[in-house]
Amino acid sequence: MLSRTVLPGGGNLKSAKDFSSRDHRRPCGYLFVNVLEWAQTAPIIIGGMDMSRMMRVDHFSIAFSGLSIFTAALIFALSSDFYKDEPHHLSDYLAILLFVLSGTLVLFSFWNLVMLFLGIEIVSISLYIMAGSRRFDIRSNEAGFKYFLMGSFASGVLLFGIALIYGASGSFELDKIAAYVSAGAVSPMFLIGTMLMTMALLFKVAAVPFHFWSPDVYEGSPSLVTATMATLVKVAFFAAFYRLMVNGLIGVHDYTGDILMIVAAATMIIGNLVALTQDNFKRLLAYSGISHAGYMLLAILSLQTNSSSALLFYGTAYVLATIGAFAVAIPVFSGMKYESISAFNGLGKKNPVMAAMLTMSMLSLAGIPPLAGFLGKYYIFSEAIKNGYIWLTVVAVVASIIGVYYYFKVILAMYTKDADEVAVKATPLYLVVMILCVVLSLVLGIYPGVFTQLI
Amino acid sequence: MITLLLLFFPLAAALFVFLAGHKMAAKLALGFAVIELAISGYAVSKFLKEGSDAFFVFKPWIEYPKVSFHLAVDGLSLLMILLTNFLTPIIVLSAFNRIIPRAKSYFALILMMQFALLGVFMAMDGLLYYIFWELALIPIYFIALQWGGENRVAITLKFFIYTLAGSLLMLFGFIMLYWYNPAHTFDIRELYASAVSAKNQSWLFWMFFLAFAIKIPIVPFHTWQADTYRESPTQGTMLLSGIMLKMGTYSLIRWLLPVLPLGVAQWGPLAIALCVIGIVYASIIAIKQKNLKNLLAYSSLAHVGLISAGIFAFNIQGLQGSVVQMIAHGINVVGLFFCADIIFNRTGSQDVYGLGGIRNKAPQFTTVFMVIVLGSVALPLTNGFIGEFLLLYGVYEYNTWLSVFAGLTIILGAVYMLRMFKKVMLGPTSLPAEGFTDLQWNEMLALGIIVVLVIVMGVYPKPILQLAEPALQLILNKSIN
Repeated sequence: MLSRTVLPGGGNLKSAKDFSSRDHRRPCGYLFVNVLEWAQTAPIIIGGMDMSRMMRVDHFSIAFSGLSIFTAALIFALSSDFYKDEPHHLSDYLAILLFVLSGTLVLFSFWNLVMLFLGIEIVSISLYIMAGSRRFDIRSNEAGFKYFLMGSFASGVLLFGIALIYGASGSFELDKIAAYVSAGAVSPMFLIGTMLMTMALLFKVAAVPFHFWSPDVYEGSPSLVTATMATLVKVAFFAAFYRLMVNGLIGVHDYTGDILMIVAAATMIIGNLVALTQDNFKRLLAYSGISHAGYMLLAILSLQTNSSSALLFYGTAYVLATIGAFAVAIPVFSGMKYESISAFNGLGKKNPVMAAMLTMSMLSLAGIPPLAGFLGKYYIFSEAIKNGYIWLTVVAVVASIIGVYYYFKVILAMYTKDADEVAVKATPLYLVVMILCVVLSLVLGIYPGVFTQLI
Repeated sequence: MITLLLLFFPLAAALFVFLAGHKMAAKLALGFAVIELAISGYAVSKFLKEGSDAFFVFKPWIEYPKVSFHLAVDGLSLLMILLTNFLTPIIVLSAFNRIIPRAKSYFALILMMQFALLGVFMAMDGLLYYIFWELALIPIYFIALQWGGENRVAITLKFFIYTLAGSLLMLFGFIMLYWYNPAHTFDIRELYASAVSAKNQSWLFWMFFLAFAIKIPIVPFHTWQADTYRESPTQGTMLLSGIMLKMGTYSLIRWLLPVLPLGVAQWGPLAIALCVIGIVYASIIAIKQKNLKNLLAYSSLAHVGLISAGIFAFNIQGLQGSVVQMIAHGINVVGLFFCADIIFNRTGSQDVYGLGGIRNKAPQFTTVFMVIVLGSVALPLTNGFIGEFLLLYGVYEYNTWLSVFAGLTIILGAVYMLRMFKKVMLGPTSLPAEGFTDLQWNEMLALGIIVVLVIVMGVYPKPILQLAEPALQLILNKSIN
C-alpha cells in the first residue's frame, strides 16, 4: 500500500515498459486512465495513514495533490503527440514523469525533514534526466548538465541546513521543531540552518538571486519538459516551502521574513524587467515564471493568516495558463522549427482558435479579469495587505504592470505581424487541452467559490 | 429581470454576430443595437413608473472575498445607459458602406464593448465594477490594434499599459477599502456607510483619482489620448471619446466623491486646478493642430476637463452640469468624429489647411456638420450650452477665478472649431475636395439623429435634469456628511 501511494511511478514503471510498443498512443492512454484512477483513490488510501509521522495528510496536501495529479494528467495528454517521432523514449519518459508526480505528492504531505529532502530529490533527479533527454541535442545536454550541477549543489545546501536544524532542535519533525522554536532560546546554529534551507528552497523555486539556472534550463529542455518544470514542479516546491515555513519555522518568521521580503521584491522586479528583453518564448516564460515566483513568495510571507488557499488558487491559475500556453506553443514550434516569439507571427490569421487560446492564457498570466489569473493576484495581494506588507504589494502592482508589456508582445506578434506560408495545426488532443485550460481559467475567474473553500 | 436583460443582451448579440459571419455582421449588429435601444426605452418607462427598485439585482457571488453580483440603476446610471445605447447604433451605422475586413469580429467587439460599458454603469459592488472596468479595455484595445492606422501597435500598447496601470492602482485601493470597512465587503452601500479615517482617505484618493484621471483623461495624464484617437478606426475613436471616457467621469461621481469625501475635500482644490489647467492647455494646443482628428481629440480634452472641474466643484449645479455635458459631449463628439471620417473617406486627407470648399460640393453635409460644430462650441439652444453653463456656474460657486479661466474654453473653443470649419468647409474648392459626394443614406440617418438630439436637448433639457437630480442630490448629501 505504501509503495502504491508514495511511488506510483515504481508501480507503473513495469506497465509502461509493457506498452512500449510502436503504437505511441496506447501507453499514453493507459497511463492517463491510470493516473485518473489513482487520483480518485489516493486521498482515501493515504487519508487514514500516519506513516510513522513521516508524512501527514491534511487538507493542504490533499488539495495540492489534486492539483498536481490534474496537472500531470494534462501533461500526459500532451505527451503522446509530442513524442510521436521517438517511440523508444516514450515509456522511459512517462515513467520518469510519474516519478516526478510521486515526488511532488511527497512534498505536499511531508512531516519530517527527511521526507522533504527525499521528495525534492525524487523530483530533481527525475528532472535532471528529463532535461537532458534529447541525447543528440547539444542544448538539451547542456540544460541537463547545468541543472544537475547547480541543483545538486542546492540539494547539498538543503541537507546541510537540515543537519544544523536537527543538531539544534533534536528532531526532524515539523511540530517538534516548531515546539523547540516557541520554547525560546533559539540557538544560532538553528538560525543558520534555517537560512541554508531557505536558500536551497529559493534556488528550487528560481527566486532572485538564485534564478540564473532557470532560463537556460527552460530554453534547452524539450518543450514539454519545460512545461513540466514550469507548472507541476514549481507549484510543488512552493507548496513544500509553504508547508515548511508554516508548520515548522513560523516561530522564526521575524528572522526569515525580512530576507524573504527583499527576495520577493527583487524577484518580481528583476523577473519582469529581464523578461522584457527576451526573444525566445521559452526564456520569456522562464522569466515570467520567476516573476510569478515573486508573487507566490508574497503568499509565503503572509503566514499569519491562512494564505494557503491563496497559494493554491494562484498556483492553479498559473498552471492552467502556462499549460494552455505550452499547448499552443508546442505545435507552433514543431511547425516553425524555431522557438522565438516571432514563431507566433500572424498566428491570428493562420489559426484563429490557437491564437485566441494563447491570448487568453497570456491575459490570465498578466492578471486581467475575468480570468483566473486576476483573482489569483487579487488573493495574494489581499493576503499580503492583511499581513501588513503594504509597500511590498505596491511593488507587486508595479511589477505586474511591467509584466503586461511582454505578455502583450506575444499577443501583438500573433495579431499584427505578417504571417508566412508555414501552416500550423494542432492535433485534436492538443486542442482539447488548450481549450480545457482556458475554459477552466474562465470558470475559476468567474466562479472561484468552488475552489477557495478547499483548504 | 429587466436589468439582466439590459446588461446581457449585447453580450448575447456579440456572440451571435460573431457566429453569423462577415456578410451579415453589420446589419445584424445594427439590428441588435436597435433592439437594445428599445429595451432601454422600456427600462426608462419602467423606471419612471416604479423607480429604481425595479432594477435591483443582488446575488452573493464569491464567498471570499465577499463579492456580490449587485446591480442597480438610479437616475445617473440610467442616463449613462441611455447614452451608451443611443450611441452604439449610431456607431454601428457609421460603419455601413465602409470596407471593413474581418467584419464579424469587428462588430462583435463593438457589442462586447457595449456590454462592458453597461456593466460599469450598473455595477454596485466594487470588485464587480472593477471587472467590468477592465473588461471594457480588452475589446477597444483589439479594435484599435487590428483595424487602426499605421502606428497602431506602439500607440495602442501605450494606451493599454497606461490605463491598466491606473486600474491596478484602483484595484489596490479597493482592496484597502475592503479591509478598512468593518463589514469586509465591496458593496457600495457599505462603502458609502463606513467612514475611513481622514489620513487613509488622503492617500486612497490618489489610487482612485489616478485611475479615473488616466481614463478621462485629465492633464497631465492625457498623453495617450490624441495618438490613440488618431490611430483608432473611426468607430473605435467614437467608442473611446463618446462613451468610454464617461466611465471615468461617471466613476468620479459614483465612487470617488461619496466613498472618499474627506480625501476629495483635501485634494479637490489640486484636482480642480489640474482640470482648469487642462482646459486652457488643451484649447491652446487645439488651436495649433493641423490634423483634423488631433484637433478634435484636444477639443475633447478641453471639454472633459470642464466636466471634471464641475464634478470637483462639489455642488449640485456642477454635478448636474457634468451629467448633462457628459451626454451632450458624447453625442457631439461622435458626430464630429463621424464628420471627420466622412471627410477623410472622401478626400483621403485630414489636413485642416489642405482642405476647403467642401460646401460647394456637399451642402447637406455642410449643414449637419455646422449644427454639430455649433453644439460643440456651446451656442445657446444647442445641447452644449446647457451643460457648459451649469458647469461654469458650479465652478463659479466654488471659486470665481477658476471659473474665469474655465470660461476660456467657450471662447477658445469657438476660435478653433469655427476656424477649422471655415478652413475645411468654406472658401474655394480645394483639390482634394473635388469630387466630394454628398451624404449617403446611412450617413444622413446617423448624422440626422445626432443633429436632432443636439437641438432637442438644447431646447428642452429638463427631462435629463429631472432624471439626474435625485441621484446626484443623494450622492452629494452623502459626501457632505
